[in-house]
Amino acid sequence: MPSRTKTVLIWIVTFFIMLIICMPGLWIILSAFRTNGEILTKPAIWIPQNLTLDNFRAIFGFGENVVGIPVASYFRNSLVISITSTALALLIGMTGGYAFARYSFPGKKPAFLWLMLSRTVPGIALSLPIFIIWSRLGIIDTKFGVILVFTAINVPFTVWLTEGFFRQVPNDLNEAAQIDGCTRWQAFWKIEFPLAKSGIASAGIFAFLTSWNEYALASQLTRSTDSKTLPVGLMDFTAQFTIDWAGMCAMAVIIIIPALILTFLVQKHLIAGLTFGGVKG
Amino acid sequence: MTRLRRTIRENAVPFALISPAVLIILMVVLLPLIFSFYTSFSNYRLIRPDSLWDWVGLRNYKRIMGDWDFWVAFGRTVLFLTVALNLELLFGLGLALLVNKITWGQRTMRTIMMFPMMFSPILVGFQFKYLFNDTIGLVNNGLQSLGLTHEAIPFLVDRWLAFFSIAFAEIWMSTSIFAILILAGLFALPKDPIEAARVDGCSNWQVFKHITLPFLMPFIYIAMAIRSLDVARAFDIVDVMTGGGPAGRTELLWTLISRTAYDDARMGRANAMSYVAILLSIFFTWFFFNKLMEARKHLGAF
Repeated sequence: MPSRTKTVLIWIVTFFIMLIICMPGLWIILSAFRTNGEILTKPAIWIPQNLTLDNFRAIFGFGENVVGIPVASYFRNSLVISITSTALALLIGMTGGYAFARYSFPGKKPAFLWLMLSRTVPGIALSLPIFIIWSRLGIIDTKFGVILVFTAINVPFTVWLTEGFFRQVPNDLNEAAQIDGCTRWQAFWKIEFPLAKSGIASAGIFAFLTSWNEYALASQLTRSTDSKTLPVGLMDFTAQFTIDWAGMCAMAVIIIIPALILTFLVQKHLIAGLTFGGVKG
Repeated sequence: MTRLRRTIRENAVPFALISPAVLIILMVVLLPLIFSFYTSFSNYRLIRPDSLWDWVGLRNYKRIMGDWDFWVAFGRTVLFLTVALNLELLFGLGLALLVNKITWGQRTMRTIMMFPMMFSPILVGFQFKYLFNDTIGLVNNGLQSLGLTHEAIPFLVDRWLAFFSIAFAEIWMSTSIFAILILAGLFALPKDPIEAARVDGCSNWQVFKHITLPFLMPFIYIAMAIRSLDVARAFDIVDVMTGGGPAGRTELLWTLISRTAYDDARMGRANAMSYVAILLSIFFTWFFFNKLMEARKHLGAF
């Protein structure tokens, strides 16, 4: 095959793949700015007649046709829960990751393995006993209860990522600093932490996204506006008689925006973290 | 006892550092799992709290072993995972090789490729529920406007079409993990052996089969390992798209657990099912981590 035709062929295939990847998301975004009436019209209207911000106003409780779903509260819950559980998971995971990267101690390998295995438990399976226990403890349907669970599910992966990043920082630097009179603690804060900082940041963003997107556990552990997160709240729409597709699309856009921004920030480190953590052993 | 105490004293620092991580996993994962293991031997129903002490031995397990619906859901789950994981790997590999070939606009392409990773599973489910809807969905509307069909295709109602739709959503979401990690492998691919092979007269296919693919294997297994950690997130997709219905046609193990536990309030039996689901997840993870460890040893040769 002449190389010219080959290049053209590659471009056509690439275009179609990119279309499949982008189309669903773009269609949701477009629908979020259309009216529900227009979405429901048969035969389909392909070119939007009038684009509007009403769906966003409606789900946040402004404008004429207010949706009975407290998206603003869900948004606030999601933020509080995700940020707190990320901070905790980062703190706990980082200390753990550092220990695994820098010290050798009896039981290190099995401890690491068990930590990772805990992540494989399906959310829905884990939700059953937690639902019962949290109910008895009285922390069901509270932000605290959800934060506790999200912190725990984020710890294993945070340990894994930070361990990889700390291991990339040569141990010599830390030893040299200690010879020069630093304590181990100072050596950590002044040498190792700054060097691993970007990696730790991406571990944090990864944890945030996991909490932000979690559904299986949150859907069982939250019941009211006090603690429901955005993904759980999205299902509120399906309980209504006629599904407000436009409203759902608007809410989907609200959920995706923070994730979009954060993933762009972290993409380079994320790939590096995943591959180094895994391959270089 | 004194030996244990000495071990703790000698390793006080690392033990102290890992203890918060171990403690929270113990509290939020291990203890609940022990509790649910106990309840799987009881006749526990949510509506009757005292039934927690109603020990029934292996009855829950015997029941689910003889439960046809359970085995159908189990079989469907295994089929679903096998189809989805294999296709994700295949498409991911293809996509990575394709993007690797492109020189102009490759960075943009890589960013676009990561797009599905940003979506939470619940959003992926919703988006395809919307797209595949039989009255207002983009796919049906498109086919009708083009005149390819006059009847609406019941993507989320028909048994196999619904299975296809769910698998499509799952594959759409997870292919990029494979593509990105394999692409990272392609970037790290050493050029010398390939050039040497070409000089020796190897064809493109031979180079791919004997040099590129073996080098990529660890990256493929990392992707598999990462992916296998949360195979159960398909629950989110199915829950929003079909809820396991209609009439249990898309029921996976995880939606069946959810229905048994929360709708039928049979916690004991649901917990017994959970243990089957947990074993399934552990099997997938164990399998791919083993492969990863083997591949790591081979990579040492490069």
